[in-house]
Amino acid sequence: MLASAIAGVAQAQSLIPDSRTGGKLLLTGGVSTIEGSGGGGLSTWATITGYGEEDGIGGNAHVTLVDLPDYQFRTAGVAVGLWDRVELSAARQAFDTGDTGALLGLGQGFTFTQDVIGVKIRLTGDAVYDQDTWVPQIAIGLQHKTNDQGAIIAAVGGQDDQGTDFYIAASKLFLAESVLVSGAVRWTNANQTGLLGFGGDANDDHEAQFEGSVGWLLSRNLVVGAEYRTKPDNLSFAAEDDWFDIYAAWALNKHLSVTAAWADLGSIATFDDQRGLYLSLQAGF
Amino acid sequence: MIRKMTLTLAAAAAAFALPAMAQDPAHRPGEEAVDPYIVAEANAGVAPFEGTEMLEAFHGREGSDRIVDGMLDRSVADARIAEIFVATDMVRLRRTLKEQFCYILNGGCAYTGRSMQDAHDDIGLQPADMGALVEHLQDAMDAEGVPFRTQNRFLAKLAPMRRDVVTR
Repeated sequence: MLASAIAGVAQAQSLIPDSRTGGKLLLTGGVSTIEGSGGGGLSTWATITGYGEEDGIGGNAHVTLVDLPDYQFRTAGVAVGLWDRVELSAARQAFDTGDTGALLGLGQGFTFTQDVIGVKIRLTGDAVYDQDTWVPQIAIGLQHKTNDQGAIIAAVGGQDDQGTDFYIAASKLFLAESVLVSGAVRWTNANQTGLLGFGGDANDDHEAQFEGSVGWLLSRNLVVGAEYRTKPDNLSFAAEDDWFDIYAAWALNKHLSVTAAWADLGSIATFDDQRGLYLSLQAGF
Repeated sequence: MIRKMTLTLAAAAAAFALPAMAQDPAHRPGEEAVDPYIVAEANAGVAPFEGTEMLEAFHGREGSDRIVDGMLDRSVADARIAEIFVATDMVRLRRTLKEQFCYILNGGCAYTGRSMQDAHDDIGLQPADMGALVEHLQDAMDAEGVPFRTQNRFLAKLAPMRRDVVTR
């Protein structure tokens, strides 16, 4: 009886996979978005960050710099992917107004800082292996954002210094064509992703916004593509534009990747044509 | 062609009364015995490519065979997954994989191995094993000089097999 019980336990244990890291193929965990979630750079993907498959965990840290004519945007964050099912992320963003701060009356080098805590859950599908169906990998998630400049946000018409975005994302690798396609719908009232607060004198409601990206796999460790992200326009003092970028993501190995992009962030706080270099480093497993 | 196949099947049926088992895959020289199973091309798990473009890109049957050998040689030398192959009849695995690759590449081979589900249900492969196998296949295709985009077309055929190959 004891022997059969032991055998039963042993059999059950043999059904549980060993915990292993690095089960995903190179670059298929995506890189880190500016909000800390796994994905592209500006757009969120349905992928769970890191290289852990369903039998392992993955994690990474990233730093990103977007150098614009009148501002500098920096973000740093960490994220973990648990069994290719759940992703937890935290990022701190700094929107440095530099010399423009004085022109805006905020003071030289005035910086908005925003913390973003994110959760993402993969609902269904496997973007990489499900190559016999059009069904994409689908995930839902939320990002809670807290901005440290509530007084300034209120002064420009923003309604809140914190907010929560909800999204659903679908990603699919069309492997036979070496093309990755991803889209997401985000319910948000964030102004400039929250860097200028949440809601405004023109609109305070959450609205559906779209994020899309395409990528062409040039080799196992290099993908190039483009992203587009629509945004609300809640503040009457300054029009807000959609964002666009063209990017190249290069993975040295499963532990280090570099993403470089040319990003067009449009008009930000009345300063138009904010276009510049996007550079991101990601280290992890 | 069909007439020839019919004749072959008829001869096999006369000889063994079980046409599908006519060429017993369990008793190839140098291979260990396996439990009986029905031989069918559907066991390959996916329909072959059309035309000759893919086979040519893989340098014909010889190139395809080299890729199988390259993948398996790399796999048994990989500490992450070497254990999988300890109890495996490598002679049979090499033969059936070569048949399967050749079949999928439309190289005119018959696949006589078991279905992917049947062949893997006792092995207990997990997702990370699949990833490692794919990487070794990619390295073997690189070594053979198969262009990256062509590799991906081939991998897209194999990828859905993960559902049958990964069992835990």
